[in-house]
Amino acid sequence: MGDYRNSMFMFVLGAIVALFVTVQSIVFLKKAWEEGKRKGMPPEKMRKAVVSSAVFTLVPSLSILLTMLTLSGALGLALPWIRLSVIGAVTYELPAAEAAAQAAGASLMGAGVPVSVFSVIVWVMTLGIMSGPLFIIAYFKKLQSKINQIKVEDNRWGALLISAMFVGLISSFLGSALAGGMVSILTLFSSALLMVVCIMIEQKAGLKVFKDFALPLSMIGAMALAILYSGLLGG
Amino acid sequence: MTNGKVKNQAYELSIHRMGRMWMSAALLVILAVPVAISFYFNSWPAAGPLFGGLLPIMMIYVPIGIIEVITFSPMLGSGATYLAFTTGNLTNLKVPCALNALEIADIEPGSIQGEIISTIAVATSSLVTNLVLVLGVLLFVQLTPVLASPVLKPAFENILPALFGALGYLYISKNWKLAVVPLTLMVVIFLLMPTAPVGILIPVSALSAIAAARFMYKKSML
Repeated sequence: MGDYRNSMFMFVLGAIVALFVTVQSIVFLKKAWEEGKRKGMPPEKMRKAVVSSAVFTLVPSLSILLTMLTLSGALGLALPWIRLSVIGAVTYELPAAEAAAQAAGASLMGAGVPVSVFSVIVWVMTLGIMSGPLFIIAYFKKLQSKINQIKVEDNRWGALLISAMFVGLISSFLGSALAGGMVSILTLFSSALLMVVCIMIEQKAGLKVFKDFALPLSMIGAMALAILYSGLLGG
Repeated sequence: MTNGKVKNQAYELSIHRMGRMWMSAALLVILAVPVAISFYFNSWPAAGPLFGGLLPIMMIYVPIGIIEVITFSPMLGSGATYLAFTTGNLTNLKVPCALNALEIADIEPGSIQGEIISTIAVATSSLVTNLVLVLGVLLFVQLTPVLASPVLKPAFENILPALFGALGYLYISKNWKLAVVPLTLMVVIFLLMPTAPVGILIPVSALSAIAAARFMYKKSML
């Protein structure tokens, strides 16, 4: 058998999955856009959400692309493409693939895996991440109505509850970054500082672009500084 | 009941119907991949390696998957939740993307406008990621040496501090009282266990933030 991992069959599977996700995203985008129009939201506001989200997504997408390239050594290009197009994450796919390879008596470190190991990896990567979507199909509607009930009973507490969840999520990543070594800490503070600078420029000079693109600007700036810090600190 | 509320409920109901339908279809498509591969290559996994690989992964990711739904869905709203949990990359991309779009639009998360903006943000984000991955497949040979270069390595290794530093400033400067307890707790935990998985600690942090918020709310400190 030739390189089955990069066969036409695998890329056709990848194209089908990518097409499905694309169509689903367009359907949801259209639905939200129409509802926004019905609710009298200015189209400009919705357009701005599209542009800012597209720009923001570029850098994290490059990181996802990098994971795809990393996994391609052992798994070929098509399977990482499929897996990173659907539920899962950069932080999930690699450990899942490695655990499956090890259970099948192989490793991802080699140049490639035999098809028997490959099939174990595909099944494990797919089944291991199903709990979230299954939970959503079974319980999300009930969960959402419970949250709506909290908001109806006490609107202020409902808003605080969601803010607390935001802050909890962000705190866990801040804690992780603060314990991640000097380069990580410096990158974290540089990113926060660049955000302050963007806000100040927007406020003082009235340049709205610094508000709309503050997050990608801060992020790219901090990532560039991470290269500098790493060079200076040797890590 | 006001007309607006009835219309919001109609939207909610239709988005749940649509979301469940699309999510079920997505699961079938995702599951069809290993089935098709096993059929085509005539290679079905033996039970031993399959369960040996699945067990350690499911022990971690089954609770994480459920906790992520409970934690992220109130922030994202219905439409964005259905879409984000199909297309993945939640903590490193979809959730921050929705937060950023809400911030720029100056809209409260959890409101009907917030629901619309976060759905638009997650859908756009999914489309862009898809496009980047397709380009990555097409330009694999050209892109690999650039993205995998040692010079850029520290930049990609520090993408999460670069993302959450800016996002953290935005949210914590507005809600600093809410952040004191979870942030202190997380710093202490990560200093004691630097390799602790963030995914497991997100709900711990969120629960501590909710408990602290409830306490301060009851004591009129917020």
